[in-house]
Amino acid sequence: MSTAVVNANSAHDSHDAEHHMPYDPMGIKIGMWLFLFTELLLFGGLFIIFAVYSHMYPREFHQGSSHLSVPMATFNTFLLITSSMTIAQSITALRTGNKKLCLSLLTFTIACAAGFLVVKSFEWGAKFHHDLYPGTEVYFALQPGESAFFSLYYLMTGLHALHVIIGGILIAVVMRAVSKGTVNQEKYAFLENAGLYWHLVDLIWIYLFPLFYLVG
Amino acid sequence: MSEAAVDKPKVNYYNAKSGIMSWLTTTDHKRLGIMYLYSLGVFFAFAVFMAFLLRLELFTPEIDVLTFGGAQAGDLYNRILTLHGIVMVFLFIVPGLPAVFGNFCLPIMIGAEDVFFPRINLLSWYCYVLGGLFAIFSIALGGPDTGWTFYVPYSTTTGHNVYVPVLAAFIVGWSSILTGLNFVTTVHRLRNKNMSWFKMPLFVWSLYATGWVQIIATPVIGILLLLVMMEKVFGIPVFDPRIGGDPVLFEHIFWIYSHPAVYIMILPAMGVVSEIIATFSRKTIFGYHFIAYSSIAIAAIGSLVWAHHMFTSGMANEARVIFSFLTFFVAVPSAVKVFNWIATMYKGSIRLSPPMVYTMMFILIFSIGGFTGLHLGALSVDIHLHDTAFVVAHFHYVMFGSAGIIFFAAMHYWFPKMSGKLYNEVVAHIAGVLFFIGFNATYFPLFIAGYLGMPRRYASYLPEYEFYHKFSTIGSWVMIFSMLLMFGNLIYAARKGKKSSDNPWGGATLEWHTSSPPPTLNFDKLPDDIPGSYDYPLEVVK
Repeated sequence: MSTAVVNANSAHDSHDAEHHMPYDPMGIKIGMWLFLFTELLLFGGLFIIFAVYSHMYPREFHQGSSHLSVPMATFNTFLLITSSMTIAQSITALRTGNKKLCLSLLTFTIACAAGFLVVKSFEWGAKFHHDLYPGTEVYFALQPGESAFFSLYYLMTGLHALHVIIGGILIAVVMRAVSKGTVNQEKYAFLENAGLYWHLVDLIWIYLFPLFYLVG
Repeated sequence: MSEAAVDKPKVNYYNAKSGIMSWLTTTDHKRLGIMYLYSLGVFFAFAVFMAFLLRLELFTPEIDVLTFGGAQAGDLYNRILTLHGIVMVFLFIVPGLPAVFGNFCLPIMIGAEDVFFPRINLLSWYCYVLGGLFAIFSIALGGPDTGWTFYVPYSTTTGHNVYVPVLAAFIVGWSSILTGLNFVTTVHRLRNKNMSWFKMPLFVWSLYATGWVQIIATPVIGILLLLVMMEKVFGIPVFDPRIGGDPVLFEHIFWIYSHPAVYIMILPAMGVVSEIIATFSRKTIFGYHFIAYSSIAIAAIGSLVWAHHMFTSGMANEARVIFSFLTFFVAVPSAVKVFNWIATMYKGSIRLSPPMVYTMMFILIFSIGGFTGLHLGALSVDIHLHDTAFVVAHFHYVMFGSAGIIFFAAMHYWFPKMSGKLYNEVVAHIAGVLFFIGFNATYFPLFIAGYLGMPRRYASYLPEYEFYHKFSTIGSWVMIFSMLLMFGNLIYAARKGKKSSDNPWGGATLEWHTSSPPPTLNFDKLPDDIPGSYDYPLEVVK
């Protein structure tokens, strides 16, 4: 659904001929920022739960954290930060008129997103291999609090992974628009919005990574 | 006017295009307002019927009406109660005024052609309808029995179907967020360049504040509903005490949204009141700045009072005292508004047309609802009144008697603008007075019964409460009859009513400066300099 939202933003300039409102990149970005605000609050609910439970069960959270793979998560962090850089560069590339460079930078961004998901699936797969997921005997045998940690681990990284997927699709849609020329040197608010969304995905991971893998 | 112009009706938003597809794919904010009105009306009628059944069940102390289909005693009552709550809260009163009248009026009132994101506006309507269909569909699966609050652990352990209505509320939440986002952006970017912030009509101010509350609060319940679904469908527990989860935390997060949601319901109503009172008193609104700022103050303080729903749930005493204080404090901006409305009417040239009469009823009902809210906000009194029929009465005084009656007032106020027709004012008056009598007869006895200890959400009760419940049920029949009369009158007028002039009430805001119904792009020609929203000409406009 987020795709539809951001996409509809871009369509602002090209809608029905009967409306003749001027192209207003500032307004389009205000809409996007408000939307990002709701995304932050969506994750905010989970962060509150995490904060309360980690305060209630500091030792169990520490124990849960020790089961997670720091190298994999570090590599993923590296992937996401790099992709955030390339999408920012792609905007500059388009503004200076270099469409080809813009497209290849966006391709690289999507590749990073895909790489992130592949690593993530290996990480989850290893846990599934040990039956360490909600509903199993192993899970219910854990200390109360440690099992809550794993519930939150799956929910929060899962919801984040979903946002990575949506962001990847969104970037693909923007690439199509750039190659067709509807997003171009003059009208690039859609690309900027996709960039903003991708930075949000990156930023949430920047908080998830230390909370789950390092602080514990 | 030339002959041709008389013969052929003027092209307006309503007759510009025809066919069902022209409606289903429209991005015109006025048409979307009408579509919301119809869909809201259907859901409202459905929920009123549920309420009718509930009141009928409570006519006698025993469970004797809702027993068909071999249902367990009280089980059917619980499910109908839940559906009534879900449909009324998520599908009628939360979207209510912003979706219908906000959509129709906001762009016109600020001199714009449409909202900033017309397509998102359409998407928002589809989210609303899809969510509504899911809610109705849940009946086919037996219907939930948790109450509209979906409290864990009951909601995650009950055998009844819960995730479909939860999903419904989640999808409707999207509609709410998108509408709020759209309105806030519209007010920022599409205001006519001659309309400064403090020239805006107060209805626009209240929609702006509401938009922010929708953006800030709705995602929080979104994630919470998602968690209930995750637990129910995928078995990932979060609030389950077996894994160390805390069900009280669910209540906190639920009310972090659901209390501000109360202001999503009432703020736009307050905006409408400001419009109607000024128009029918033919006087500049008293304390414009105070009313505008009090909307923002309500939105801000209202976000910090949620735990007053949980005084008995287990919480630190210090926290309870703070939340109690904030609850009293949020009554201040509401009272500021009430005093300003009264002061506006003082020495005004008051015309008692139906919208004005409805609005005056609102002031009375809202005051009762507000004062009983203070009873519930006081810690010691709340321990006695918590979970009794007193809460039910207070809630309905504020939501139905206040936000609901203003919905009716807005219907009567903007009806000539939306349809270009006039309705029968005598019938509208009779319906309004009957509604007022029926409403008070239905809910006032519940204050007393609740004070005497009648618990809420019970299908049966002790014989000593019988008088209050009988009185209340008979009142509900009067109320339902009055609403049938009211809607019948408007539907008849929409088809056969006399033609309305462009400005039948002599209003000063911009929507009265265009034709009735307005053209597709809202104005044939905008007035050269935007008039003040409450600058009334000295002579009465006929």
